Order: sequence, then structure tokens, then C-alpha cells
Amino acid sequence: MNQSNHGLPFDTDKSSPIIVDIIYRLKIRDVMSTDIIVCPLAATMEDAQVLMRENAISGLPVMDGERLAGIISVDDVIQALVDQKTSAPVQEYMSRQVIVLEDDMPLSFGISWLDRYHYGRFPVLNNRKELVGIITSRDIIVTLLLEMNREIERFEEQTKNTAASTTGFHLEYSTRPFDFEMAGRLSTETKRELKQRNLPPKVIRRVAVATYELEMNQVVHAQGGTVRVTYDGKMGTVEIHARDRGPGIPDVEAALREGFSTATDWIRSLGFGAGMGLPNTQRVADAFSIESAISGTNVTVTIRTMEDT
Amino acid sequence: MNLSEMIPLLELQSLHTAWQDAPVQGAYCSDLMSDVMANAAEADVLITIQGHRNTVAVATLVGARGIIVCNNRPIPDDMRSAAEDEQIALFISNENQFVVSGKLYHLLTQTDV
Repeated sequence: MNQSNHGLPFDTDKSSPIIVDIIYRLKIRDVMSTDIIVCPLAATMEDAQVLMRENAISGLPVMDGERLAGIISVDDVIQALVDQKTSAPVQEYMSRQVIVLEDDMPLSFGISWLDRYHYGRFPVLNNRKELVGIITSRDIIVTLLLEMNREIERFEEQTKNTAASTTGFHLEYSTRPFDFEMAGRLSTETKRELKQRNLPPKVIRRVAVATYELEMNQVVHAQGGTVRVTYDGKMGTVEIHARDRGPGIPDVEAALREGFSTATDWIRSLGFGAGMGLPNTQRVADAFSIESAISGTNVTVTIRTMEDT
Repeated sequence: MNLSEMIPLLELQSLHTAWQDAPVQGAYCSDLMSDVMANAAEADVLITIQGHRNTVAVATLVGARGIIVCNNRPIPDDMRSAAEDEQIALFISNENQFVVSGKLYHLLTQTDV
């Protein structure tokens, strides 16, 4: 482990796993330039200088046919100028001890070798020893910036989602007598909103049960009404408020008893009106209150969204 | 046991294809929607004779894998399309709830033990 850390500008054991992952995940072939400008063995130092100037580069691999014979750099060109031997063949000045990288090495090698050998560029060979690319510190910087940008965008996206989980919402739906088709809309919508905020599934289910039962109660028993859901992310509460236009529950205490129902037979035949609606709602609620008069019934349910309390 | 494996073994007919195959954990047999909401568990299959779209709403609400409507009860189009929208499996069976439950119980305990 220490061996591979050598030459990296940071301690991989103590660094962000995201950055460490990038430099080990990326291969030299992902970073290198494949558009390689080479210089034939027969070229002169002046030819090499022209190639470098025209392409704005500071070094060239020297090729003996298909084989990499050496590398020639600006330093070598300057030395030739000093020696006044610009027409000398490149092989007289090139470095023959070329340090190469292999294309399937991790990028970490490229970074540490730049440090270790103080060369500005490394030719890259494939497993058949053919020259397939060249890698410079610029290639590494550009790729790292792009990769880090991608990771940070992903991270920001995650942070945004976490922030969204505390963003409150408010939903309200009306019910009509015996409109079974529409009942459940609020519950479905509420469930979707809570899921998006990554709330615990158990909490979502409790909220969905309470909203569905309250909607269904209005559909079965009331002359229309509204059910409202308010999520307060900072408080960590969902408040459900059902308010209808009557005719009210004559015996609230009885209505809260499981099995007590005033529903008609055809409603029962649909699997509703079994006298479990209010008891179910009360069971899933952290706080529950009901008041009823001929003018209407109000039910308020609070469900806490934090699991640990 | 997965939903898809259950189909031939219980001789079910699947009413749409917009569901994901997934393991069935258990089953809940009830015709009372509030009872289903109160007691069915996630990844259960709901065995019922309630062939209407509210059954889909309730089954989805509890996170059931699918619904088996027994006794060959007719399925209204809006129930089938609601199940499709919610991507919850919807099957019909010729048998009654007792027989379907019994067979499924046998299959589930067999594979679990």
C-alpha cells in the first residue's frame, strides 16, 4: 500500500474515498491523448523543433518504424542550438531510456511517475508494446477536473435531495358523497410526496392509512368535505385534517369502537363500512382528536415522522 | 416463491403485464378494506373477492405484491387499468378464498422451511 502511495500528493488512507477512487478507477488509457505527434528516427533536430513549434508541444516520441526508439524534448532542441548542431539527427540527442506507462495501469501511476521521474510526458504502450498514446500533466489535470466536477454534481444532487426531505408540503382534496372513484387520490398523492422525501416506509404507511380512512369516511357518511395534509419537515410532523359538512356522528364514542358502523349494506358489500375506519385512524395516529355536530365533523390527526421518538 | 412461479401453481390468470416479478412473502385474505389496511403486510398477496378499483388503492397502500380476486368474479375495466397504473399484479382464480389461501399457505411454508 505504501509503495503505491509513493509520489501521490496525499495520503490515500486519510483522503476522501471519492478522490482515491477516481485515481484508481481511471486507467491511463482514459486520460492519455491518442492523437500522437511523432518524429521519425531520420529527422533532424530542426525538424523536431518545427514539429514542436507547429503543434505547441514540448516533446516528441521518436519512432523507428513501429517501435518507440526514444523521446526528444525542448531541452534537447536547446542543447542542439547551443552546440550549433540543429541539422544533427534526433537520435544523437534523444533520451533512449524512455520511461513508459502501460495503458491499463491506474491513473495513480501516472501521477506518481510525473513526480518520480520529473518528465513532462510519458509515452503509453499497450500490452503488445505498441505506442497508443501520450500522457502529460495537462491531460491528468483536465481529466481529474472533469471527474471531480461529475462527483461534486452527484454529491450536490444528494444534498439537494436531503434538503428536500425537510421541505414541507400541503395537499387538499374534496370528497363527494359515494364517489368511491375519487377516494384514495389524496392518500396516493401524499404517499408519493412522502416517498420523495425518503421518510421511513412505516411512517408513510401510517399516514396513507389515516388519509385513506378519513377520505373513505367522508365518501361513505358525509355530505361532502375536504381532507387536508400538511407536512412540516422541520417539526417532523404530518397533520391530517378532515372536515365535512355533516350530518355529524350522533355517538362519537361508539364510532370509535371497532365494529360499530352505520353504513348501508351495499357499502359493506364493497368492503367498507365495517366500523374500522376511525379505530384504524386512531391506531396509526400519535395524536388524534375528533369533534362532531350536525353541521359537520372535524378530525385532526398528527403523525410524527421521526422514527426514534 | 416469486409471483410468476405462483401463477401456474395456483392456476391463476394474470390480467395485465405491467408488474415486476418479485418474491411473495406471505398473503392476507380479507374482503374488508380497513382490515387489509390495518393488518396486511408489505410484499403480501391479497386474496379477496373485492373486484373493484378501491381494492387496488388499498393493496398499493399496504405495499402488497399482488391481488388475487377469487371465485372468478368479474373485474371491471377501471380496476384492471388502476392495477396497471400502480404496477401491481392482478390475478383471477376459479377457486374460492379458502382454497386459494390453503394452496398458497402450503406453497409458502414448503419453500420457507
